[in-house]
Amino acid sequence: MLSLKNVEVIYDDVILVLKGLSLEVPEGKIVALLGSNGAGKSTTLKAISGLLHTEEGEVTDGVIEFLGQKINGIPPEQIVRRGIFQVMEGRRVFEDLTVEENIVVGGYTRSDRAGLKRDMEMCYSYFPRLKERRKKLSGYLSGGEQQMLAISRALMARPKLILLDEPSLGLAPLLVREIFGIVKKINEQEKTTFLLVEQNANLALAIAHYGYIMENGRIVLDGDPEKLRSNEDVKEFYLGGGGEAKSYKNLKFYRRRKRWIS
Amino acid sequence: MEFFLQLVLSGLVVGSIYALVGLGFVIIYKSSSILNFAQGEFLMLGAYVCVAIFNATKVPFLAAFLLTLVFSALLGVTLERVLLRPMIGEPVISVIMLTLGLASVLKAVVQGIWGTDTQPYPEIFPTTPVRIGPLPVSQGYLYSVGSVLVLLALFSVFFKYSRAGIAMRATAFSQQVALSMGISVKRIFALSWSIAAVVSAVGGVLLGGVRGGVDGAFALFGLKVIPVVILGGLDSVAGAIVGGVIMGVLENLAGGYLDPLLGGGVKEVAPFVALVAILAVRPYGLFGKIKIERV
Repeated sequence: MLSLKNVEVIYDDVILVLKGLSLEVPEGKIVALLGSNGAGKSTTLKAISGLLHTEEGEVTDGVIEFLGQKINGIPPEQIVRRGIFQVMEGRRVFEDLTVEENIVVGGYTRSDRAGLKRDMEMCYSYFPRLKERRKKLSGYLSGGEQQMLAISRALMARPKLILLDEPSLGLAPLLVREIFGIVKKINEQEKTTFLLVEQNANLALAIAHYGYIMENGRIVLDGDPEKLRSNEDVKEFYLGGGGEAKSYKNLKFYRRRKRWIS
Repeated sequence: MEFFLQLVLSGLVVGSIYALVGLGFVIIYKSSSILNFAQGEFLMLGAYVCVAIFNATKVPFLAAFLLTLVFSALLGVTLERVLLRPMIGEPVISVIMLTLGLASVLKAVVQGIWGTDTQPYPEIFPTTPVRIGPLPVSQGYLYSVGSVLVLLALFSVFFKYSRAGIAMRATAFSQQVALSMGISVKRIFALSWSIAAVVSAVGGVLLGGVRGGVDGAFALFGLKVIPVVILGGLDSVAGAIVGGVIMGVLENLAGGYLDPLLGGGVKEVAPFVALVAILAVRPYGLFGKIKIERV
């Protein structure tokens, strides 16, 4: 459904962030994109959604294809109309709008009144807490509720693909689990495809159908969640624990890291 | 007592026109965080264009008025396209400077075309005064206050309930997030500049009708409107209305009572004095939104 081929992104004409990144997102699946800070995960999502333009970034090489059509270079507001919706990192709700107004803005690109009304109810049934607070200013919601609102906004656009950037950021573990559970439910019930960017590899791999691991602007490893989870490197760097002696581990870490990066 | 009521009444009329120009100001600020210092020139230009169309074509005044609104809407779209779009992504302060330049250019263009003499307005309101209680009130006053009220109500509803209105508020909060919702920020800007130009032109024509003519001094309304919107809160439609009315009445009362005592000039200063006093108590203005901070 979505494919990136050898994508290269440069910020401010000098900073090379993505160095020939390729990945595939098949229809109806949840694909996790994992990696440490600064690997280029968010940049990848912004390259897809077109929001890169607003940050002086540019796709300088490679092709981003969605449903068989090249979409790099198209303005972000039109990419939304084609069915890709990005839920930005840090939730980014419109704080001085009420919860309900935020949800209405999410459906801005659509004009079928009946469908919008139905989908608003659908959002409220996924996130009953939002319904209770629908007349409240969204700036006063808790972090978890704001994340729910950000996902609801995305649902309102009826996208074919949702780019979900770090939904776990700054949330309590219990809430994170709840939100991931709902993402999985949305994927199953609404058939929405997800490209999920996360630092919390454990949780992401628990709901994903496929995973990519990014390091330094390119993909270094990919595979089914089972395969990734059983990989020694992944265990060490992303899942925590490795079970070996500490001094020995540091040495290994160094060697492995080097093999990936070079 | 009658003197007082007369002052209040004419203050209401001027105040309602302040409110209209303030509304234009607020709309632009709400969607793009830009202070438009050319707002008073929009008002003046609207007033000139209307009377020019009327004199040139001899169509009924109402038709000339409607054509003026079309002209203003196009003016707003053109300005956005030519002046503001290249400024997207530039610091807000640069754009504000640009509106100052625009104000000078518009003033010069108007003087170049119509000169500096007052252009007389035709009688657009019936001349027989209506009596409200003990007071004879000219119908022009009633018409202008009435139409201002209708417009303001319309826009309050527009911002609160219509999708375009909500999208405008969303854009004001963050252009990047608005883009990620599929909102065309350019179109929102064009829309807000058009609306601002149109409401100001309405104000200009009403003012021309009430005063019987238009001249370059109309542009000063742009300056007076700044205390109005800061008083009401830069981002509040209700604030523009209340601020406008308060300033209009205050200015007239100060002019009526204090000018004879102090030798004149108080009328012009009074709004700014009030502004300082109110901001000391409420820094966000009367209705301004308070920035939400999560800790």
